[in-house]
Amino acid sequence: MSARPQPLIVGAGPAGIRAAQALAEVGLRPLVVDEAPSCGGQIYRQRLVPDERSSVALYGSEAAKAEGLHRDFAALTDRIDYWPQALLWSLREGKADIAVGGASRQVAYDGLILATGATDRTLPIPGWTLPGVFTLGGTQIALKAQGCAIGAKVVFIGSGPLLYLVAWQYMKAGVSVAAVLDTAPFSAKLNLLRGLVLEPAVVLRGMRMTAELKLKGVALRYGVSDVRIEGGERVEGIAWREGGGEMHLACDGAGYGLALRSETQLADLAGCRFRFDQRDRAWLPERDAAGRSSADGVYLAGDGASIAGADAAELSGERAALALLEDRGLPHRPERAAAIEHSLARVSRFRDVLEAAFPFPAHWAKDIADETLVCRCEEVSAGELRRAAADFSLSEVNRLKAVSRVGMGRCQGRMCGAAAAELLAAETGRAIDAVGRLRSQAPIKPIPLTLALGEIAREAAE
Amino acid sequence: MPLLHRIARKDHPAIAFTLDGAACEGREGDTLLTAILSQAEILRFSEFSASPRAGFCQMGACQDCWVVLEGGERLRACSTVLVAGMRIVTAKARAA
Amino acid sequence: MSRHLDIDVAIIGGGLVGSSAALALRGMGFSVALLDKGYCGAQASGVNYGGVRRQGRPVEQLPLSQRAHAVWPRLKAQIGIDGEFLRSGHLKLARSEADMATLEAYKRSVEGHGLDLELIGHNGLRERFGWIGGDILGASFCAGDGHANPRLVSTGFAAAARRAGVHVLESTPVQGVTRNGSGFALEAGDGLSLKARYVINSAGAWAGAFAEAFGEAAPISRIYPSMVVTEPLDPVISVNIGMEGGGIYARQVERGNCVVGGERGLPLDDPDFSRPRGDGALAIMNHAAELFPGLRHAHAIRFWTGTEAATPDKNPVIGPSLTTPGLFHAFGFTGAGFQIAPGVGEVLAELVRDGATSTPIEAFSIGRFGNPTSARTHPGSGAGQNSEPQQAGEFNS
Repeated sequence: MSARPQPLIVGAGPAGIRAAQALAEVGLRPLVVDEAPSCGGQIYRQRLVPDERSSVALYGSEAAKAEGLHRDFAALTDRIDYWPQALLWSLREGKADIAVGGASRQVAYDGLILATGATDRTLPIPGWTLPGVFTLGGTQIALKAQGCAIGAKVVFIGSGPLLYLVAWQYMKAGVSVAAVLDTAPFSAKLNLLRGLVLEPAVVLRGMRMTAELKLKGVALRYGVSDVRIEGGERVEGIAWREGGGEMHLACDGAGYGLALRSETQLADLAGCRFRFDQRDRAWLPERDAAGRSSADGVYLAGDGASIAGADAAELSGERAALALLEDRGLPHRPERAAAIEHSLARVSRFRDVLEAAFPFPAHWAKDIADETLVCRCEEVSAGELRRAAADFSLSEVNRLKAVSRVGMGRCQGRMCGAAAAELLAAETGRAIDAVGRLRSQAPIKPIPLTLALGEIAREAAE
Repeated sequence: MPLLHRIARKDHPAIAFTLDGAACEGREGDTLLTAILSQAEILRFSEFSASPRAGFCQMGACQDCWVVLEGGERLRACSTVLVAGMRIVTAKARAA
Repeated sequence: MSRHLDIDVAIIGGGLVGSSAALALRGMGFSVALLDKGYCGAQASGVNYGGVRRQGRPVEQLPLSQRAHAVWPRLKAQIGIDGEFLRSGHLKLARSEADMATLEAYKRSVEGHGLDLELIGHNGLRERFGWIGGDILGASFCAGDGHANPRLVSTGFAAAARRAGVHVLESTPVQGVTRNGSGFALEAGDGLSLKARYVINSAGAWAGAFAEAFGEAAPISRIYPSMVVTEPLDPVISVNIGMEGGGIYARQVERGNCVVGGERGLPLDDPDFSRPRGDGALAIMNHAAELFPGLRHAHAIRFWTGTEAATPDKNPVIGPSLTTPGLFHAFGFTGAGFQIAPGVGEVLAELVRDGATSTPIEAFSIGRFGNPTSARTHPGSGAGQNSEPQQAGEFNS
């Protein structure tokens, strides 16, 4: 091996694991940096300690995949460097600042694979900051990783496959599921019939879960709007509008999400060019079919690049690694690469189906009540955003941030950025892609002021 | 009533901590968020309107679950493992 | 798309200087166009530290600084928002006897300018500012100084100018400006042509090229001061803090966030944009936690940097062009423009209306850089520890 620094992989979920594996296979020794204490990402997240539940109880139909990934990553131990519980908080020109073990280490890398994953996408609704409201992902993590239910009587609200999956998992765990409130009309689900051709197993599994929920008497409501979480100090109930009627239900927990959004901060810091993706309705880093970004030596994989799910993440992680190998002049298995691209193209067609079946209710943004908080961190309301846009004649989302503080808090716009852009677009009568995107800045997550400047690691593999 | 309900790991070894001065027990394998919300309804009050918060994403993204120890140390509850002897403060409108 | 505007004054650069000049000129009855290549207040004016400080300025800046000093408490009346201006006082710390002697000498040198500086010894510091840790020997306090929110003030001036009837033209870069008969012709944006009797060059880090177009040398470089912001905290830092000899400056806003600066960032490939250096930011964070023990458990939640024009002598360029009647310059504030900018706007308006101003600005003449020669903007070179903070260290503080 030459004296070139080793590649850096951010994220030890399905994409990061497969990328690490592909690089290690030809003798490279990547450094894998991950915030979690163990590998798996969110979808295949592991418990902090084992408990009485089986792998099937945790991961359902995906148990074999989860176990396989965990096992394969463990088998790489001697051939990669792995920093769990490490936050890559800044990135610039081949150097990464990584907070790990109380110190910040600067790592020089040659080749960067970003497999940063996704979090739930949301839009502000009244009461969404109340204790007892969690994202669908958070609702699932409570159960899967911590063995807890977020309430004794839980309502699931939103859009996306996760809505039904998590509701089903709660039901299976013996939790009372009060209702599943789907923001899309039932007719949207008919799109799934097209998906039967592309991914029959996935579609049938979804249908089976829905049927089982129904069989257990769980109310499945479609086309809900004007959702309001009610309660003084915590969730006490939920109200919504459906087919012209006002509905109400008592509950003490609410899982809420409108599909997923990619974590793109590091791609931004790495200098990747972004484009607006109509399907994800988000600004995403550009990439070719292999996962190459617009920035030299920066590769994108998994849901952090665009939402495509765990199976696609494994594929795109491996594909990105093969691209890195090719660009580095190393054996890169072109046939395998072509096969992966073929599979990913198929996933992409299925994603179109899913998006049609579980559409994002973007139109909610214009109806957000003035008093509803958009920015949870800085507590900026929709009314304040509308006033700021009008008072300062703003039409660009970073300017809106500058005067209103939306997206300026601890989460750096992860939870409110999309909503702020939707709201600004609606307010100014512009298209969503015409109001710009929030620029990312280091640190991408909070870091302690006392974080010590650690030694500067010259190469990732030292 | 606590926000979270344990379904698994109920018989794991207990881990003692205090919540606003009161003695509490978590279980081995708990995050701080789980340990607190298995006992309580809130994690903190928001800085500007002092409204109750109890986390949101549980995956270290939303930053809504930062709690404070009696010594002033600040921790993100969803991504911090409960350690015996932690003295956690939630009942303060704004922590120093 | 072609459009024509015939106006009295064209202002190139919608920062705080340009927009406050626009507002003042409009108030005098002039028709004004305010042109910005991006968004008003999005560069140095909007992303500086936010210090509203007279203390520490070179004595020749003080008349101008005093003029601006009167503007700050009137912001609400003038632009409709107070810009979160807080007259907190500005405390400049001394780490050594030599630093203290410098502060004493400075106090003597500005006697009679209205700063009312108060020297505070070690014990006084412990009594009145017990939240300051570290080895601080003494300090100089200027009770009338303070801080404000640059994002709001700069944008607020532009918005007020727009409401007053100024043509605020954002995303409209000026491609060319030439002297034409008794006035100027400008080409800007997507097919916009302007005819103006006067031109104000307040283009900040991009002003050098416009000066050069009229044969005037302005050897400006770029600096990229970078800031660290903490999460909202209980009150810790009650005054705007500076340090003799440089290295750190800090303030806490009413919402509780602490803003700490003292390092400089690095330009990106596009030198119009910059980013903080990770190691530099860490150094300043560690320093802050040491100097203010109340911050030792705090987290940094965001950084920011901006692009700022700096001059070799750290004084700005303000005043009429020496080659071209009707052209006025105001740029190169070298990390200390925020406080004086509203005063500069008034001065520029007077210059346009009267050809003269009551505020002494001779020291800022563009002529001090010698005869017109080839002047170029030097990108980069601004990174690293900030070594001369008396003028430049407290970026716009």
